[in-house]
Order: sequence, then structure tokens, then C-alpha cells
Amino acid sequence: MLNVIYTHIEEAAAIVLFAIGFTTLLLNKNLIKKIIGFSMMDNAIYLFLASYGYIAGRTAPIYIDASTDPNLYVNPLPAGLVLTGIVVSVSVTAIMLALTVRLYKRYRTLDIDEIAEIVRKEGA
Amino acid sequence: MELWQNLPVALIILPLVCAPICSVSKPRFSRFLALFASVMASLLSVMLIIRVSATGTSYVYKMGEYGAPFGNELFISGAEAAVSLMFSIVMALSLFAGLRRIGQEIDDSRKSLFYTVCVLLLTAIQALAFTNDIFTGFVFLEITTIAAGALIFVRNKEGSLFAAMRYMIMNLLGSGLFLLGICVFYTLTGHLLFPQMKESVQLLVEGGRYIRPLSVSLLLITVGLAIKSALYPFHTWLPNAYSGATPAASSMLSSLVSKAYIFLLIKILVRAVGLDVFTMTGVNDVIFIYAVIAIVLGSVDAVREHNVRRMVSYSSVAQIGYIFMAVSYGSVSGMAAATFHIIAHSLAKSMLFPAVDRLTEVSGGNENFRDIRGSGFRAPMAGLAFVIGAFSITGIPFMGGFVSKIYVATSAHDYGGWVMLISLGALAVSTVLNVLYFLRTVLTIYRPGERYQLTKDQSTRPVLTGALMLFMLLNIALGIWGMPIMRLIESSIAAW
Repeated sequence: MLNVIYTHIEEAAAIVLFAIGFTTLLLNKNLIKKIIGFSMMDNAIYLFLASYGYIAGRTAPIYIDASTDPNLYVNPLPAGLVLTGIVVSVSVTAIMLALTVRLYKRYRTLDIDEIAEIVRKEGA
Repeated sequence: MELWQNLPVALIILPLVCAPICSVSKPRFSRFLALFASVMASLLSVMLIIRVSATGTSYVYKMGEYGAPFGNELFISGAEAAVSLMFSIVMALSLFAGLRRIGQEIDDSRKSLFYTVCVLLLTAIQALAFTNDIFTGFVFLEITTIAAGALIFVRNKEGSLFAAMRYMIMNLLGSGLFLLGICVFYTLTGHLLFPQMKESVQLLVEGGRYIRPLSVSLLLITVGLAIKSALYPFHTWLPNAYSGATPAASSMLSSLVSKAYIFLLIKILVRAVGLDVFTMTGVNDVIFIYAVIAIVLGSVDAVREHNVRRMVSYSSVAQIGYIFMAVSYGSVSGMAAATFHIIAHSLAKSMLFPAVDRLTEVSGGNENFRDIRGSGFRAPMAGLAFVIGAFSITGIPFMGGFVSKIYVATSAHDYGGWVMLISLGALAVSTVLNVLYFLRTVLTIYRPGERYQLTKDQSTRPVLTGALMLFMLLNIALGIWGMPIMRLIESSIAAW
């Protein structure tokens, strides 16, 4: 068991980071910390994907000569997926931060429970 | 390749081209553009479904002619065409029905952005309906989430910002689980396209290797999409989000956004995982339990609600439960029933939101039960639309909801055993509860109240009336001609 973790240290770290990010996003009251948790969660997945996609000793698949051996290169797809995923999470983070700014301007707090309380009082 | 086979790409590209133009033009022009895009998309979808059902075949569309493993593909068959048609029509009709309210409830400075978001949403859900690639599915899933969040917080109403925040948080949790699930799945199978994934999964299962990671990734994907589409314990954001948004946005959120997620789940389960593997891992039992709880408790919540709009929102929770229950049988007939229920429920629910809005408008803007008494006389067309929508969701014959309930019950029957008994029991209980809260509302809106007069309201809403009439026709047509559509869906899912 320990041996498996040692040989897959990036994946193990990625899952731990994912768990930290997920619980922060779910349970933390502070909106900014929630967004940090979200970024952590997504980046953990990209770490997972990137570490699986990389094979030690191989190079980037840049097309120079058609006759070269494919075994010299790593599969470019995981890296492509990570790039796409980063674009997606950056835009989601931007939306979340903009929403947080508006919430803070309106309610003067970042605590989601306090905001819920104010919203409930105003609604009643 | 024939020319008509490019229609799905046109369905995705047309709104995608309109969206940036919308964002920089004046509100009037962007409104025109949004309506134009959705109406054109409806026409293109009609053409597509006619061609697909006439030829009776499915085909793979390679984007830019690049093949696997680097290329991106669309897959088109009868079920996708039917769902895409429903998406386009519901988008167009909810925009038309909510046009006036959009004008009133959204600041002038944000109107262009609202229409931009609607058009982007149309792109994303069309892409979700057709995609054959799991990572493309994830990207458009996130676009849908962002667009849906924007639809909620674009309105300057008390609490709508907070509702949007809660919506985004729950959805991001779901996306995170889904993304982790597809990454694990990708590392196991080595493919991103659904058919190749299924081959690898079959090989893994036959060899008895990596069964546990496979089950975990399947569970992550399923739970992620279940959170995003508001299956019972994850539904807390739903009533505030649906009742806080403008009516057109409520229709889109309930009928397009959550349904697109479920349809993607169905596609992944059937085309990338395989139904035998899905039932073998036991993930379907997990969904089944939550679906049954959703059906019963969602209806109970709706009965307890005093606000009409929130009641309609809560009934969505129960209906999502029906769809997931049909999915959990893990059979072709169950998946077909789920797909049909997606269509039937979307058509009914997206009609109910504008109808309820009109009924409350003629009751001084109050959404409580005691205030809307007799509103069916003041706004006859909205009253009629509410009755038809309520009948369809309750499952009265000659309505879309009746057909789908029969098919859900039939596929439960095929499954047999305890699952069948529990399903039929849940169906029975929730139908009674549906009758309780929907027919109570129908009786309320036709019961004379002393607060407001009972004559027809002087204000006329020709666009809303027209949209509601089309909605009613579609709901009744789906009930009467449900069989051919169901056969189209079932045969295409069987061939997936």
C-alpha cells in the first residue's frame, strides 16, 4: 500500500488536494476561501491528469520528422485537456470573484451565513 | 456526406456567432438576434428530426474531418434530434413568453448581456445534446453553468445575488466531481470518444481488471451530474434560484439547464459505459434510492409551499426524481422513458412559469395562494395554460406527462422485484400529492375571491398569449402523438 503511494506520489497528492479543496468549497463560510478551495480542487485534478500524461524520459510531441519513433514522445492529449480545463476554471473563478464583489458591495460581509441571515430578514 | 448532415453543426455555430454580436449591440437589436437565433435553431432542429426519422439512421460527424483519437466528434440519432428540437423550441417560446418581463425586470444596461447569455446557453445545450466526446461535454457543461448563474444574478432583485452564489457553489462542487470522474475514467480507458471508451470498458470488465476504480469514477460522474441537476439532497439552491429569476430565465433553468445535464448522463451511461457495467457496479441502486426520496419529499415540499412560484419550483425536484428513477433501471426502455420524460416535463414546466407569472401579475403581483384566487378569470389564457401544464405534470391522459409516466411504470415493471414495487408505490404517492397541490391551485385560480374583480383584465399580452397557445398545442400534441416519438427515441437508444 505504502509502496503504491510512493510510486504514485503525484496522484496521491492530487487526491488529498482535491479533498481539501472540495471540503473548503462546501463548508467554509468565507466566500473568498470558498473560491480558493475551488481553484485548489480544479488544480488538483489537473495535477492528476498531467502526472498521468507524463512518461519520464520522453519529450514533447513536436512534429519534425515523420519517420521518428512514436515511443519517444508522450501523448499530447492530457496536456491539451489540462490547458482546456485551466481556461474553463479561470473563467469560472472570474465569474465567482465578480459575484463576490457584488455581494460584498451589497451586504458588506463575506460570510455566507451572515448574508443568508440578511437575505432572510429582508425577505420576511 | 449529405448537406443536411451538417445541421447539428449549424445548430451549435449559429447561436455561437450571434452571441458576441449580441453582447456589443443595443438591447433592441440583441433581443432581435436572440429571438432570431432561437427561432432559426427551432427550424433547423425540425429539419434535422424530419431527416433523421425518415432515414432512421444515426451518424458520426467528424469536426473538421479529423479522426480519432485527436479529432472531436458529434453523434446524431433520433433521441439527440428530439432533445435538441425540444431545447430550441423551449428556448424560443420561453423568450417570447417572458419578453415583456425581461423588459421590466432587467436594467437597460444589462439587457444585451441577458440576451447574450441566453444565446450562449442555447449553444452549450445543443453541444451537450450532440457531443460524442466526454471532455467537450465537460467544457460545455461549464459554459452552461456560467450561463445559468448569469441568468439568475442578472436580475436586480432582493436575494437573487445570493441565490446565484448558492447555485454556483453547488454546481461547482458537481463539476469538480464530474471532472475528477472523467479524468479517472480517461486514465482507465485511454479514450475520450464514447464508442472507443465503451470498447475499453468492456475489455476491462471481461478481464476483471480495475473494477473498483471504474465503479468509483462512474459514481463520481453520476453524483456530479446529479448534484448539478438538483437530485433530492442537493436541491436546496433550486427554489430560490428558480423563483428569484425572471420568468423566461426560470423556464430555461428548469427545462434546459438541468435537463441537458441529465441527457449528458444518459449518453455517458449508455454510450461510454454500457448499461450492463452500470448495473454491475451498483451505482444505479444509489441513484434509485435518492430518486425515490426525491419523488416523495419533493412533492411533500411542494404541498407545504404557500407561494405559487416556489411550489412550481419544488415540483421540479420530484420530476427530476422521476427521470433519475427511470435512469436507475439501467435498461434501454428506462433510458428511453427518462428521455421522453425530459421532453414532456420541459414542455410543461417552461409553460407553467410564464403562466404563473401572468396569473400573479393580474393579482397585484402577489404570489401567495390567497391572493391569486379567481385569477383564472382575469387572465383566461394563462389560466388555461396553467391547467394544461398542471394536468401534464400530474399525468392526466392526452398530455405528455401521462405518456412518460406510463413508460416509467412499464420499465419499472420490466425490472421487476422490490424495485418495481417501490417505484410503483412512489409513483402512486407522488401522483396523489401532485393532484393535491396542482389541482388545489387550479381550483384556487378558478374560485371567486373578494379581493379583485373577476372580469377579464384590461391589459392584453398578445406575444405571451401566442407563446402560451403554442406551448399548449405542443403539450397536447406530445400526449396524443407520443408513441412515434417514443419509438424513435427507444430505437435510437437501443442502437447507441
